[in-house]
Amino acid sequence: MTSKKKTQWDKDQLIRMYQDMCLFRRFEERVGLAYTKQKFSGFCHLHIGQEGLAVGVQSVLRPTDYMISGYRSHTQAIGKGIAPRFVMAELFGKVDGCCRGKGGSMHMFSKEHRFLGGHGIVGGQTPLAAGVAFKVRYQNGDDIMVCYLGDAATNQGQFFESLNMTATWDLPVLFIVENNKYGMGTDIRRTTSVDRLWKRALAFDMAHSDVDGMNVLTVHEHVKGIVETMRRDKKPHLLEALTYRYRGHSVSDPGTYRTKEEVEDYQKNRDPIVQLERFLLENKLCSEEDLKAWDKAAKDACKEAEEFADASPFPDVEERWQHVLAD
Amino acid sequence: MAVLTMREALNQAMVEEMDRDANIFLMGEEVGLYNGAYKVSKGMLDRFGPKRVWDAPISECGFAGLGIGAAMVGLRPIIEFMTWNFGIQAFDQIFNHAAKMYYMSGGQFNVPIVFRGPNGAAHMLGAQHSQAYEPMLTNVPGVKVVTCATPYDAKGLLKSAIRDNNPVLFLESEMMYGFKGEVPEGEYLIPLGVGDIKRVGTDVTLIAWNKVLHRVLEAAEELGKQGIQVEVLDPRTLLPLDEDLIFGSVRKTHRLVIVEEAWGFGSVGAQIADRVQAECFDELDAPVVRVTNEFVPMPYNEAQEHHVMPQVDRIVQAVKDVLYI
Repeated sequence: MTSKKKTQWDKDQLIRMYQDMCLFRRFEERVGLAYTKQKFSGFCHLHIGQEGLAVGVQSVLRPTDYMISGYRSHTQAIGKGIAPRFVMAELFGKVDGCCRGKGGSMHMFSKEHRFLGGHGIVGGQTPLAAGVAFKVRYQNGDDIMVCYLGDAATNQGQFFESLNMTATWDLPVLFIVENNKYGMGTDIRRTTSVDRLWKRALAFDMAHSDVDGMNVLTVHEHVKGIVETMRRDKKPHLLEALTYRYRGHSVSDPGTYRTKEEVEDYQKNRDPIVQLERFLLENKLCSEEDLKAWDKAAKDACKEAEEFADASPFPDVEERWQHVLAD
Repeated sequence: MAVLTMREALNQAMVEEMDRDANIFLMGEEVGLYNGAYKVSKGMLDRFGPKRVWDAPISECGFAGLGIGAAMVGLRPIIEFMTWNFGIQAFDQIFNHAAKMYYMSGGQFNVPIVFRGPNGAAHMLGAQHSQAYEPMLTNVPGVKVVTCATPYDAKGLLKSAIRDNNPVLFLESEMMYGFKGEVPEGEYLIPLGVGDIKRVGTDVTLIAWNKVLHRVLEAAEELGKQGIQVEVLDPRTLLPLDEDLIFGSVRKTHRLVIVEEAWGFGSVGAQIADRVQAECFDELDAPVVRVTNEFVPMPYNEAQEHHVMPQVDRIVQAVKDVLYI
């Protein structure tokens, strides 16, 4: 992978990435607060800390590319195009939610934006991703299927089956393992035979790499190269992105399995938003005031999203009988 | 009318539908070069080429999920399981994914896909290859479950299943692939959710589907010789169930025996018995009787296997029980 010089960055794109990361973080913070205010219930997995990866990946995709993910996917769904208000309304179980309140936190979908969920069975999305990429090949397209999964999903049988099929048949799935070091409360090293998760690709002769998922610029550059290659050769790629979640596995997780120091180290020294802030300021691409204004705009957008979700009505109870079977 | 085997009828259904719609493809273990473990897909690789007929790795969950993903974005896969006994490897994909997708996406992503393969025991294949899955398959909303017992039904139902916009779980039988029956030359469809009276009678209704239907027809023949007129009803589709046809028959005969080649605990037969007692309580002249597999894993030994499954003698006895003779 050749790396470009920093001066080659498009300023507007950098600013957009900064704004998106602020939006994702403020959105998830607001979601966490809304949960504690009991505005909604169920499972709720926040993505705080992992924004650099979501934004960096999204920044190199085109709208026709497909995306599928696990259950920590509110902001990936927003990145793919679902407006924050529709995601928030979905969390609140409202009729204006992107799935009319039938999906919830773990199941965001948008046919329009080619976001195929939002899945709650660890690793279950990986064969689905293979199928979408199969369709791309079937119709001779050059879209990419981005399949997010967590570190622990790499121990699921379906994942291996998906790697085998995509590698054997050249199906263009970009598997992105978000390695945030913990499968719920279990350190991945305690359950996994390899020290680096990209090694899973070795058994399938599949292209693979790793990337610092905490740095949005590194992610952007790295994934851009992968995607360009994939559009050409249609082959899958397994990317291990090293990242970190600041919050618990879900909102009810006290996080006793890791040290406070470890969390603080990431927040202080490797935070994706802080890293880009420094870059923007050092390269005189914006002022402190700009940064504050963009962050405020993100907060305002999330506030608006929550107000929209608050105001949205619940679906009619009788709607529970709809969408069981298609006509 | 042409006389076809069940495998030929199923093959015709797939070929005709794939001729009609380029978005349909077939995937499964040995379906291509080997022409199908049971030759149901014979000739299809030659006809449609490797882009539309795919030999899958032995990864049932994986290729079932691949089919579901492809169906979410516009293709119409037919996924063959060499047997439904292997298909249960794919239960996560079928039930956690295919069956839920349309619902949890709020009506955005439907999954038009057929999972098909033999169901139930064949002959001396042992405990892991001899299970009948319809009680499990029908217990989850979001799918349709279809069975077939004649070449005519197999073709018309499979064509409808392929055209359906939902996941359809299609149950065949190893022992029936060679069964012959009349199949019309022209195109026809049998709608899902519609049962069929296989033999008209007045004294008692016998409900059965899939392979055991043929045992039931034998029993009906024998009972006929004894002057007992048995009505044999094949629901064909188990989910959704053609309840009106069942209730109509029970209201006519007032007696019901359900025969299934599955374990009886929490089974389709139990469901039918429940619906009949709720809707036809005053019409019944005897309690509903069920004949099912005995509640043991399938033994390998031939005589033991024979006893586990419903045979003519048990069916005949059940009919006599509801007639109090």
